[in-house]
Amino acid sequence: MKRVGATKEVSGQSPNFLLSKFQNLVDWAVNSSRANSLWPMPFGTACCAIEFMATAASRFDFARFGMERQAFSPRQADVLICAGRLPFKLAPVIRRIFDQMPQPKWVISMGACASTGGIFDNYAMVQGIDTIVPVDVYVPGCPPRPEGLLYGVLLLHKKIKGESLFDAVPRRDEQPLDDKGLRLPPETIDEISEPFGNSVHQFRSA
Amino acid sequence: METARDGEPVVYVARDRLLEIMTWLKDTPGQQYDYLVDVTAVEFRDRERPLEVVYFLRSLTHRADVRIKVELQSSDELAVDSVWGLWHGADWLEREVYDMFGITFRGHPDLRRILMWETYAEGYPLRKSFPLRGRFSRSEQVRQALNANPEAHYSMEELSIADAGGDLPDDMRERLRRGERGTVPNSE
Repeated sequence: MKRVGATKEVSGQSPNFLLSKFQNLVDWAVNSSRANSLWPMPFGTACCAIEFMATAASRFDFARFGMERQAFSPRQADVLICAGRLPFKLAPVIRRIFDQMPQPKWVISMGACASTGGIFDNYAMVQGIDTIVPVDVYVPGCPPRPEGLLYGVLLLHKKIKGESLFDAVPRRDEQPLDDKGLRLPPETIDEISEPFGNSVHQFRSA
Repeated sequence: METARDGEPVVYVARDRLLEIMTWLKDTPGQQYDYLVDVTAVEFRDRERPLEVVYFLRSLTHRADVRIKVELQSSDELAVDSVWGLWHGADWLEREVYDMFGITFRGHPDLRRILMWETYAEGYPLRKSFPLRGRFSRSEQVRQALNANPEAHYSMEELSIADAGGDLPDDMRERLRRGERGTVPNSE
């Protein structure tokens, strides 16, 4: 995909055919390498972690998609797969692990609990890890089937292949935590954490 | 102190005699309840009923179970004596009851929150007066959670498990040097 007009200055030349072709070639090479060897950091907390393990095992095997080595150190990981519900107590931990990952990094939120809090709409659970880390792909399911997770991984591949090294926008939208320690404005967090669907009616505590 | 039978023997105990009775239950040769299975608390939906602290005891030698219940009026001060002196397993069990219900255990060596983070300020989650989603707004909960530094509240026992003396951050090493709460086996 060409990025005409959104390239950085190269020796004062305006983008031309050869330059675009070169950039496309570089992008293709870089993005394919990144997409085809995404090393996952499995941040498995609960039931979705079992499905993650099932996806890693022989029947569904995401090693054939390049995720051969599960990096248990964030320093060596490309994609953080948060599989399972996240209690508030674990929130600073996942934020720190995400911060420790070197660029380029992506996040897959696996399962309903990581995406929105799932069935745990209560005092203890984070209502979606996107209030804490920037998420690229949400995989719904409780738990998602291994095929579902693989589809999410393939979506991430597509997203990666659509990126470009020559974008003017800095990579990986890293909204740093603001002075209050939040990555989104509080109104946004409240809005996305609001109950929806059936759980709107289930807030009696007595 | 009534004895009621609903499948398992339940004994209601007055709060001020709890420790005496527990000691008797543990030490008397005919009783010997040497295994504390669980400590928990109950608050009923019917607010007229008092809170109960429930102890599940088991005698391994005699193969007997008993439940001890201590009733606490919610208008009273919510405190009972700790049975940590009798069964060390009560350590975390009583911490959990404290965290979830706000019932303090007198004589507990290290009574602090265990399930929620230590500076959790919204109250005691399993009380009936506590709303399901917590008292603060979600953004405030996220902010408090992100700003709660988990490592600052490790006790020295917990750190000693890592046995990584030279690799500890400076503030932890300082607390270690000052001898804060607990002994570390191999410290210099």
